[in-house]
Amino acid sequence: MEALTTFAQLLAGGVLTGLVFALVAVGLTLVYGVMDVVNFAHGEFLMLAMYATLGLALIGLSPFAGLPLVAIALFLFGIVVYRVFIRRLLAGPPEATVFGTFGLLVLLQGLAQALFSSDFLSVPHPPLQGTLRFGGLAISQATLAEGAGALVLTAALFAFVEYTETGRAMRAVAEDRVAATLMGIDVQRVNGLAFGIGAACVGAAGALLMLSYPVFPTAGAPFALTAFVVVALGGFGSIQGALVGALLVGLLEVFGGFYLSPELKMVPVYLAYLAIVLVRPQGLLGRR
Amino acid sequence: MSARRVCLAFAAAIAVASMPFASRAADPQEIVIGSILPLTGPSAQTGAGLRTAQTLAADLVNGHVSYPLPMVGKSGLPHLGHARIKLVFADSQGKPDQARAAAEQLITQEHAVALIGTYASSTTATASQVAERYGIPFLNPDSSAPSLTARGLKWFFRTTPNDATFAENFYQFFADLNRTKKIAVKKVAVVGEDGLFGTGAGDAEEEIGKRRGFTIVTRVAYPATTTEVNAEVQKVKAAAPDVVMMASYAPDALLFMRGFKDQGILLQGILAQDAGFIDPGFVKTEGKDAEGVFTREVFSLDIKHRNKAVPLIDQLFRLRFGDKPLDGNTARDIMGVLVLADAIDRAGSTKPDAIRTALQNTNIPGILTLMPWKQIKFDAQGQNVGGVGIIEQIQDGKYETVWPFDVAVKAPIWPMPAWKR
Repeated sequence: MEALTTFAQLLAGGVLTGLVFALVAVGLTLVYGVMDVVNFAHGEFLMLAMYATLGLALIGLSPFAGLPLVAIALFLFGIVVYRVFIRRLLAGPPEATVFGTFGLLVLLQGLAQALFSSDFLSVPHPPLQGTLRFGGLAISQATLAEGAGALVLTAALFAFVEYTETGRAMRAVAEDRVAATLMGIDVQRVNGLAFGIGAACVGAAGALLMLSYPVFPTAGAPFALTAFVVVALGGFGSIQGALVGALLVGLLEVFGGFYLSPELKMVPVYLAYLAIVLVRPQGLLGRR
Repeated sequence: MSARRVCLAFAAAIAVASMPFASRAADPQEIVIGSILPLTGPSAQTGAGLRTAQTLAADLVNGHVSYPLPMVGKSGLPHLGHARIKLVFADSQGKPDQARAAAEQLITQEHAVALIGTYASSTTATASQVAERYGIPFLNPDSSAPSLTARGLKWFFRTTPNDATFAENFYQFFADLNRTKKIAVKKVAVVGEDGLFGTGAGDAEEEIGKRRGFTIVTRVAYPATTTEVNAEVQKVKAAAPDVVMMASYAPDALLFMRGFKDQGILLQGILAQDAGFIDPGFVKTEGKDAEGVFTREVFSLDIKHRNKAVPLIDQLFRLRFGDKPLDGNTARDIMGVLVLADAIDRAGSTKPDAIRTALQNTNIPGILTLMPWKQIKFDAQGQNVGGVGIIEQIQDGKYETVWPFDVAVKAPIWPMPAWKR
């Protein structure tokens, strides 16, 4: 009985952890899918969103009320970054975006360090600090909210890309940039929009994460690292892939940590990653 | 420039150059102690505090206002004709190779009779090797890696307790609780991040616990950058310990606190090796949930109940360091300079051998220090055997000293309050 409860608890922990990873990863995968850019500063966008949420919380807006504002702010920030920075990098050799976004990572971390110091800060009296209990199962409300938020967001993004005119344009650009241009699609505009939406996703993620995490200049880095694995596992550019990959990573991490050893909890994750990219280089749901 | 002017300038230069020589002859002798500190680089902030502390200590030795502290207020070193001590600082930048160069420079160019420093364990390791090579005493007041005194060095002395001492303190605390309140702690879970800090602390906690007859029910090491601790918390839950000993940084400390609470794990106590648990954000974030958490510390201003010099030195330090209070690092460095001055005075000589012998014979009672220590007395490895830490408990949102009992200002609340659901 005891072992069964533990198993159920780990299962719940793995799924919810996975959903949080998905939340961070969808923005990354969207940007990659549309413009073939791996944004290495993705974790720093998350960190900025967390600071923004904290700032709003300090003037009295809870992370939930702050979420749309932070998402909009990050959307605009993403478009600005695309216009002044990424667009120029895209004109250069393919490595330019790698080094460029990595430089952005260093810059944003440094700025955060200078502006906010390296202290750990958290939202004062965040909502949803209780725990829900189902028999022997205990689930934190904050984690549940993060997971639910991630599901809704991923579904909304999927619907947007699948069923709207702009979404179709994005898919067209992802499919064949030249052909899309010939069909009258403004590739620059679509790219900018995709980058902005990617940033907005991570903005929403940052707001939700402030329910249970503290923020500091390198807070985004470990999430981004996992997000890269998630995106590679699920298939670059695939939104459903990000969700599947994230759940897989979450479950492997939690079960590996318990039944193997916490020190080795990332080992099954990376082994699965290696195995999957060996068999399917494009990832689980990615297209070649 | 005319020839006459050149001659005049030359004469003036000679006159100026000879002046300090003349005045130096009249002054009592000055004894140079070389101090290596991280004055630039990531630890520069700490280094500035330590420099202020050491300078204050040297002024106390050279001055004539007395406090209940060794060598303070005797107008220099009496056995050396009231010679004054002079600290010459060199920058380690927090880097081992810079610390090595700084030690070399202080010994060969400044002719330091002894070295003190260097805060970070890694820089202390290299700087003390240089002192060893030259046969110059090295006093380390503030590095806590246990391995430093296990190197078989002849010239290395450390006044501060190391991380193993803090683990020992936790078990002594349990023994004291058992003796005075009949509280029995048996099952211990050891949890820590898997870097040098968590592993070192965890190894000591596990080894000393076993030696003292406790059951270590689980040992959990996790990557410090982890974003979730579901498995780790389940491990602790399954092991059902009486207490958990934690070595964590801030984000992971918060994750564990939430995990323990969510899972309703009933603990008699959480005993932390400071770090994340004394981060300014910890109590702010945890609020009521932080109540009852224990953490080790090296120093607390509560020691004023034992030595009335503590508030006075704290005042002097604040005057010099922008109203920042004396803390564990600065108090330890003040003691370091005093211990070294005491040894040089007792040696009655500036010869390295004599100073080393005097350091070996050091015996300063704990109440004559700013620290919670029992005494200052070095073992064969040069480690101060009288070093102890303090255990604080978060009570009403404040860190209160609860152990050792002779220093404590509050009684420990045991077991810690149950989680509010």
